[in-house]
Amino acid sequence: MRVNALSAGMVASDVHFPPTVDEFFPPALFGLDGWLTKFTIYAWVAVALLIIFFLVAYRRPTLVPGRLQWMAESVYGFARNSIAVPMIGHDGVKFAPYFTTLLCFILLTNLYGIIPGIQISVNTHIAFPIILAVISYVMFNYIGIRKHGFVKYMRNSLVPPAPWYILPILIPIEFFSTFIVRPITLALRLFANMFAGHMILAVFALGGFALLNAQTWYIKPISVLSWGMAIALTFLEALVILLQAYVFVVLTSSYISGALAEEH
Amino acid sequence: MLLAEIEGSLSAVGYGLAAIGPGIGVGIIFAAYIQATARQPESARLTQQWVWIGFAVVEALALLGIAFGFVF
Repeated sequence: MRVNALSAGMVASDVHFPPTVDEFFPPALFGLDGWLTKFTIYAWVAVALLIIFFLVAYRRPTLVPGRLQWMAESVYGFARNSIAVPMIGHDGVKFAPYFTTLLCFILLTNLYGIIPGIQISVNTHIAFPIILAVISYVMFNYIGIRKHGFVKYMRNSLVPPAPWYILPILIPIEFFSTFIVRPITLALRLFANMFAGHMILAVFALGGFALLNAQTWYIKPISVLSWGMAIALTFLEALVILLQAYVFVVLTSSYISGALAEEH
Repeated sequence: MLLAEIEGSLSAVGYGLAAIGPGIGVGIIFAAYIQATARQPESARLTQQWVWIGFAVVEALALLGIAFGFVF
Protein backbone atom coordinates (compact mmCIF):
# COMPACT_ATOMS: atom_id res chain seq x y z
CA MET A 1 0.00 0.00 0.00
CA ARG A 2 1.78 3.13 -1.12
CA VAL A 3 1.28 6.42 0.65
CA ASN A 4 -0.17 7.99 -2.48
CA ALA A 5 -3.25 5.93 -1.82
CA LEU A 6 -4.37 9.28 -0.41
CA SER A 7 -5.38 10.30 -3.87
CA ALA A 8 -6.85 6.96 -4.86
CA GLY A 9 -10.00 7.33 -2.78
CA MET A 10 -9.08 4.76 -0.21
CA VAL A 11 -11.35 6.07 2.50
CA ALA A 12 -13.96 3.38 2.46
CA SER A 13 -11.81 0.36 1.77
CA ASP A 14 -9.70 -1.85 3.94
CA VAL A 15 -6.44 -0.17 4.95
CA HIS A 16 -3.31 -2.28 5.19
CA PHE A 17 -2.01 -1.11 8.55
CA PRO A 18 0.66 -1.17 9.97
CA PRO A 19 2.92 -0.89 6.94
CA THR A 20 5.43 -3.69 6.48
CA VAL A 21 8.68 -4.12 4.63
CA ASP A 22 6.74 -5.26 1.55
CA GLU A 23 5.84 -1.64 0.98
CA PHE A 24 9.36 -1.03 -0.17
CA PHE A 25 9.12 -3.51 -3.04
CA PRO A 26 6.74 -2.22 -5.70
CA PRO A 27 5.82 -4.55 -8.55
CA ALA A 28 8.12 -4.62 -11.54
CA LEU A 29 7.26 -2.49 -14.53
CA PHE A 30 6.28 -3.97 -17.88
CA GLY A 31 6.69 -7.43 -16.41
CA LEU A 32 10.49 -7.19 -16.43
CA ASP A 33 10.72 -8.83 -13.08
CA GLY A 34 14.00 -8.37 -11.32
CA TRP A 35 15.54 -5.45 -13.13
CA LEU A 36 13.10 -2.72 -14.09
CA THR A 37 11.16 -1.24 -11.22
CA LYS A 38 10.23 2.30 -10.30
CA PHE A 39 13.49 2.54 -8.33
CA THR A 40 15.57 2.01 -11.45
CA ILE A 41 13.72 4.75 -13.28
CA TYR A 42 14.02 7.14 -10.34
CA ALA A 43 17.76 6.55 -10.12
CA TRP A 44 18.16 7.17 -13.85
CA VAL A 45 16.07 10.33 -13.64
CA ALA A 46 18.25 11.61 -10.78
CA VAL A 47 21.41 11.02 -12.80
CA ALA A 48 19.90 12.66 -15.86
CA LEU A 49 18.77 15.68 -13.84
CA LEU A 50 22.22 16.15 -12.38
CA ILE A 51 24.02 15.89 -15.69
CA ILE A 52 21.60 18.21 -17.45
CA PHE A 53 21.65 20.77 -14.63
CA PHE A 54 25.40 21.11 -14.42
CA LEU A 55 25.90 21.04 -18.19
CA VAL A 56 23.28 23.70 -18.85
CA ALA A 57 24.44 25.89 -15.98
CA TYR A 58 27.97 26.00 -17.35
CA ARG A 59 27.25 26.16 -21.05
CA ARG A 60 28.17 29.82 -21.45
CA PRO A 61 29.81 30.91 -18.23
CA THR A 62 30.05 34.63 -17.63
CA LEU A 63 32.19 36.50 -15.14
CA VAL A 64 29.11 37.91 -13.46
CA PRO A 65 26.99 34.77 -13.15
CA GLY A 66 23.36 34.48 -14.07
CA ARG A 67 20.96 32.65 -11.76
CA LEU A 68 21.57 29.08 -12.94
CA GLN A 69 25.31 29.48 -13.03
CA TRP A 70 25.21 31.06 -9.57
CA MET A 71 23.26 28.10 -8.19
CA ALA A 72 25.69 25.57 -9.65
CA GLU A 73 28.66 27.57 -8.42
CA SER A 74 27.15 27.85 -4.94
CA VAL A 75 26.76 24.09 -4.68
CA TYR A 76 30.30 23.52 -5.87
CA GLY A 77 31.57 26.30 -3.61
CA PHE A 78 29.87 24.75 -0.62
CA ALA A 79 31.39 21.33 -1.31
CA ARG A 80 34.80 22.86 -1.86
CA ASN A 81 35.01 25.58 0.80
CA SER A 82 32.98 24.03 3.58
CA ILE A 83 33.77 20.34 3.16
CA ALA A 84 36.84 19.57 1.07
CA VAL A 85 39.25 22.33 2.05
CA PRO A 86 38.54 22.46 5.82
CA MET A 87 38.84 18.68 6.08
CA ILE A 88 41.64 17.83 3.69
CA GLY A 89 43.48 21.10 3.35
CA HIS A 90 44.81 22.58 0.16
CA ASP A 91 44.77 19.22 -1.62
CA GLY A 92 41.05 19.07 -1.08
CA VAL A 93 40.32 20.99 -4.24
CA LYS A 94 41.09 17.85 -6.25
CA PHE A 95 38.23 16.03 -4.55
CA ALA A 96 35.71 18.85 -4.69
CA PRO A 97 34.07 17.77 -7.99
CA TYR A 98 33.47 14.25 -6.70
CA PHE A 99 32.10 15.59 -3.42
CA THR A 100 29.75 17.92 -5.27
CA THR A 101 28.44 15.07 -7.39
CA LEU A 102 28.08 12.79 -4.40
CA LEU A 103 26.31 15.46 -2.38
CA CYS A 104 23.88 16.31 -5.17
CA PHE A 105 23.17 12.70 -6.05
CA ILE A 106 22.44 11.67 -2.47
CA LEU A 107 20.37 14.82 -1.95
CA LEU A 108 18.30 14.17 -5.07
CA THR A 109 17.72 10.49 -4.39
CA ASN A 110 16.79 11.28 -0.78
CA LEU A 111 14.45 14.09 -1.81
CA TYR A 112 12.33 11.57 -3.68
CA GLY A 113 11.18 10.54 -0.22
CA ILE A 114 9.09 13.66 0.33
CA ILE A 115 8.11 14.60 -3.21
CA PRO A 116 4.37 13.92 -3.55
CA GLY A 117 3.64 11.17 -6.03
CA ILE A 118 6.98 9.49 -5.56
CA GLN A 119 7.34 9.49 -1.79
CA ILE A 120 9.95 6.78 -1.58
CA SER A 121 13.67 7.33 -1.66
CA VAL A 122 15.90 5.26 -3.89
CA ASN A 123 18.20 4.82 -0.91
CA THR A 124 15.65 2.68 0.94
CA HIS A 125 17.05 -0.24 -1.02
CA ILE A 126 20.38 -0.83 0.65
CA ALA A 127 22.10 -1.61 -2.64
CA PHE A 128 22.46 2.08 -3.53
CA PRO A 129 24.06 3.17 -0.23
CA ILE A 130 26.27 0.07 -0.34
CA ILE A 131 27.72 1.04 -3.72
CA LEU A 132 28.28 4.63 -2.62
CA ALA A 133 29.99 3.44 0.56
CA VAL A 134 32.13 0.95 -1.39
CA ILE A 135 33.27 3.76 -3.68
CA SER A 136 34.26 5.88 -0.66
CA TYR A 137 35.97 2.89 0.97
CA VAL A 138 38.03 1.98 -2.09
CA MET A 139 38.80 5.67 -2.61
CA PHE A 140 40.24 6.44 0.78
CA ASN A 141 42.24 3.22 0.92
CA TYR A 142 43.60 3.64 -2.59
CA ILE A 143 44.60 7.24 -1.94
CA GLY A 144 46.33 6.32 1.31
CA ILE A 145 48.19 3.40 -0.26
CA ARG A 146 49.16 5.45 -3.28
CA LYS A 147 50.60 8.20 -1.13
CA HIS A 148 52.33 6.24 1.59
CA GLY A 149 52.87 2.76 0.22
CA PHE A 150 51.05 -0.25 1.58
CA VAL A 151 53.18 -1.02 4.65
CA LYS A 152 53.46 2.57 5.83
CA TYR A 153 49.77 3.18 5.24
CA MET A 154 48.86 0.14 7.30
CA ARG A 155 51.17 1.25 10.06
CA ASN A 156 49.68 4.75 10.07
CA SER A 157 46.14 3.42 10.21
CA LEU A 158 46.52 0.51 12.57
CA VAL A 159 49.12 1.55 15.10
CA PRO A 160 48.03 4.46 17.27
CA PRO A 161 50.56 6.30 19.40
CA ALA A 162 50.23 4.29 22.59
CA PRO A 163 52.50 2.33 24.95
CA TRP A 164 53.61 -1.01 23.53
CA TYR A 165 51.83 -3.15 26.09
CA ILE A 166 48.30 -2.18 25.08
CA LEU A 167 48.91 -2.32 21.33
CA PRO A 168 47.75 -5.97 21.15
CA ILE A 169 44.29 -4.76 22.16
CA LEU A 170 44.33 -1.50 20.23
CA ILE A 171 45.45 -2.82 16.86
CA PRO A 172 42.51 -5.24 16.34
CA ILE A 173 40.13 -2.52 17.48
CA GLU A 174 41.64 -0.03 15.03
CA PHE A 175 41.52 -2.60 12.22
CA PHE A 176 37.90 -3.40 12.93
CA SER A 177 36.99 0.27 13.21
CA THR A 178 38.80 1.52 10.13
CA PHE A 179 38.42 -1.28 7.63
CA ILE A 180 35.19 -2.98 8.63
CA VAL A 181 32.96 -0.59 10.55
CA ARG A 182 33.53 2.49 8.39
CA PRO A 183 32.04 1.30 5.10
CA ILE A 184 29.28 -0.63 6.83
CA THR A 185 28.13 2.32 8.89
CA LEU A 186 28.40 4.71 5.95
CA ALA A 187 25.97 2.59 3.99
CA LEU A 188 23.77 1.61 6.90
CA ARG A 189 23.40 5.17 8.20
CA LEU A 190 22.04 6.48 4.91
CA PHE A 191 19.84 3.44 4.34
CA ALA A 192 18.42 3.32 7.86
CA ASN A 193 17.61 7.04 7.93
CA MET A 194 15.67 6.83 4.69
CA PHE A 195 14.02 3.54 5.63
CA ALA A 196 12.92 4.76 9.05
CA GLY A 197 11.73 8.07 7.66
CA HIS A 198 9.55 6.39 5.07
CA MET A 199 8.15 3.97 7.64
CA ILE A 200 7.23 6.77 10.01
CA LEU A 201 5.51 8.78 7.30
CA ALA A 202 3.68 5.66 6.14
CA VAL A 203 2.58 4.85 9.69
CA PHE A 204 1.04 8.26 10.25
CA ALA A 205 -0.52 8.58 6.83
CA LEU A 206 -1.99 5.07 6.77
CA GLY A 207 -2.85 5.37 10.44
CA GLY A 208 -5.02 8.33 9.60
CA PHE A 209 -6.99 6.16 7.22
CA ALA A 210 -7.14 3.32 9.70
CA LEU A 211 -8.53 5.69 12.32
CA LEU A 212 -10.99 7.06 9.80
CA ASN A 213 -12.31 3.54 9.26
CA ALA A 214 -12.82 3.03 12.99
CA GLN A 215 -16.01 1.43 14.22
CA THR A 216 -16.99 4.18 16.66
CA TRP A 217 -17.70 7.74 15.55
CA TYR A 218 -15.70 9.56 18.20
CA ILE A 219 -12.39 8.03 17.10
CA LYS A 220 -12.68 9.22 13.53
CA PRO A 221 -11.63 12.88 14.15
CA ILE A 222 -8.29 11.66 15.57
CA SER A 223 -7.29 10.84 12.02
CA VAL A 224 -6.79 14.58 11.48
CA LEU A 225 -4.21 14.58 14.28
CA SER A 226 -2.48 11.67 12.62
CA TRP A 227 -2.29 13.50 9.31
CA GLY A 228 -1.05 16.63 11.09
CA MET A 229 1.78 14.55 12.55
CA ALA A 230 2.53 13.26 9.05
CA ILE A 231 2.90 16.85 7.82
CA ALA A 232 5.12 17.84 10.75
CA LEU A 233 7.27 14.76 10.27
CA THR A 234 7.65 15.56 6.59
CA PHE A 235 9.44 18.76 7.59
CA LEU A 236 11.63 16.77 9.96
CA GLU A 237 12.28 14.33 7.12
CA ALA A 238 13.43 17.22 4.93
CA LEU A 239 15.96 18.17 7.61
CA VAL A 240 17.14 14.56 7.90
CA ILE A 241 17.52 14.33 4.11
CA LEU A 242 19.78 17.38 3.96
CA LEU A 243 21.73 16.25 6.97
CA GLN A 244 22.35 12.71 5.71
CA ALA A 245 23.62 13.92 2.35
CA TYR A 246 25.96 16.37 4.08
CA VAL A 247 27.16 13.83 6.62
CA PHE A 248 27.94 11.18 4.01
CA VAL A 249 30.17 13.59 2.12
CA VAL A 250 31.77 15.03 5.27
CA LEU A 251 32.62 11.57 6.59
CA THR A 252 34.08 10.55 3.23
CA SER A 253 36.25 13.65 3.24
CA SER A 254 37.26 12.96 6.84
CA TYR A 255 38.35 9.42 5.94
CA ILE A 256 40.31 10.72 2.97
CA SER A 257 42.02 13.32 5.12
CA GLY A 258 42.85 10.62 7.65
CA ALA A 259 44.36 8.47 4.90
CA LEU A 260 46.46 11.36 3.65
CA ALA A 261 47.64 12.46 7.07
CA GLU A 262 51.31 12.26 7.92
CA GLU A 263 50.81 11.26 11.48
CA HIS A 264 52.40 8.92 14.03
CA MET B 1 5.50 -25.13 34.32
CA LEU B 2 4.87 -21.83 32.61
CA LEU B 3 4.68 -19.04 35.17
CA ALA B 4 4.45 -16.04 32.90
CA GLU B 5 4.42 -15.40 29.21
CA ILE B 6 4.84 -12.23 27.24
CA GLU B 7 3.53 -11.88 23.74
CA GLY B 8 4.20 -9.22 21.21
CA SER B 9 7.03 -7.78 19.25
CA LEU B 10 10.46 -8.31 20.78
CA SER B 11 12.05 -6.13 18.11
CA ALA B 12 10.07 -3.14 19.31
CA VAL B 13 11.32 -3.71 22.86
CA GLY B 14 14.83 -4.17 21.49
CA TYR B 15 14.65 -0.91 19.60
CA GLY B 16 13.34 0.89 22.67
CA LEU B 17 16.30 -0.29 24.70
CA ALA B 18 18.71 0.52 21.89
CA ALA B 19 17.45 4.08 21.67
CA ILE B 20 18.47 5.00 25.23
CA GLY B 21 22.18 5.36 24.48
CA PRO B 22 21.95 7.44 21.31
CA GLY B 23 19.30 9.62 22.90
CA ILE B 24 21.66 10.53 25.72
CA GLY B 25 24.55 10.83 23.26
CA VAL B 26 22.80 13.30 20.99
CA GLY B 27 21.80 15.33 24.02
CA ILE B 28 25.40 15.47 25.17
CA ILE B 29 26.61 16.59 21.75
CA PHE B 30 24.21 19.47 21.46
CA ALA B 31 24.70 20.43 25.12
CA ALA B 32 28.44 20.60 24.49
CA TYR B 33 27.94 22.78 21.43
CA ILE B 34 25.61 25.16 23.24
CA GLN B 35 27.94 25.44 26.24
CA ALA B 36 31.02 25.96 24.09
CA THR B 37 29.26 28.66 22.09
CA ALA B 38 28.09 30.32 25.29
CA ARG B 39 31.62 30.46 26.63
CA GLN B 40 33.22 31.62 23.41
CA PRO B 41 30.79 32.77 20.71
CA GLU B 42 33.50 33.13 18.05
CA SER B 43 34.05 29.40 18.07
CA ALA B 44 30.52 28.66 16.89
CA ARG B 45 31.38 28.42 13.21
CA LEU B 46 34.44 26.28 13.84
CA THR B 47 32.66 23.73 15.97
CA GLN B 48 29.38 23.57 14.05
CA GLN B 49 30.84 21.20 11.50
CA TRP B 50 31.68 18.69 14.22
CA VAL B 51 28.17 18.90 15.69
CA TRP B 52 26.67 17.37 12.58
CA ILE B 53 29.36 14.72 12.18
CA GLY B 54 28.98 13.68 15.80
CA PHE B 55 25.19 13.67 15.55
CA ALA B 56 25.22 11.43 12.50
CA VAL B 57 27.68 8.97 13.97
CA VAL B 58 25.69 8.64 17.22
CA GLU B 59 22.36 8.50 15.40
CA ALA B 60 23.67 5.65 13.27
CA LEU B 61 23.48 3.38 16.28
CA ALA B 62 19.86 4.26 16.95
CA LEU B 63 19.03 3.60 13.32
CA LEU B 64 20.80 0.26 13.37
CA GLY B 65 18.29 -0.59 16.10
CA ILE B 66 15.34 0.22 13.86
CA ALA B 67 16.76 -1.57 10.85
CA PHE B 68 17.76 -4.72 12.70
CA GLY B 69 14.27 -4.95 14.14
CA PHE B 70 13.12 -5.84 10.65
CA VAL B 71 16.07 -8.02 9.76
CA PHE B 72 16.16 -10.36 12.76
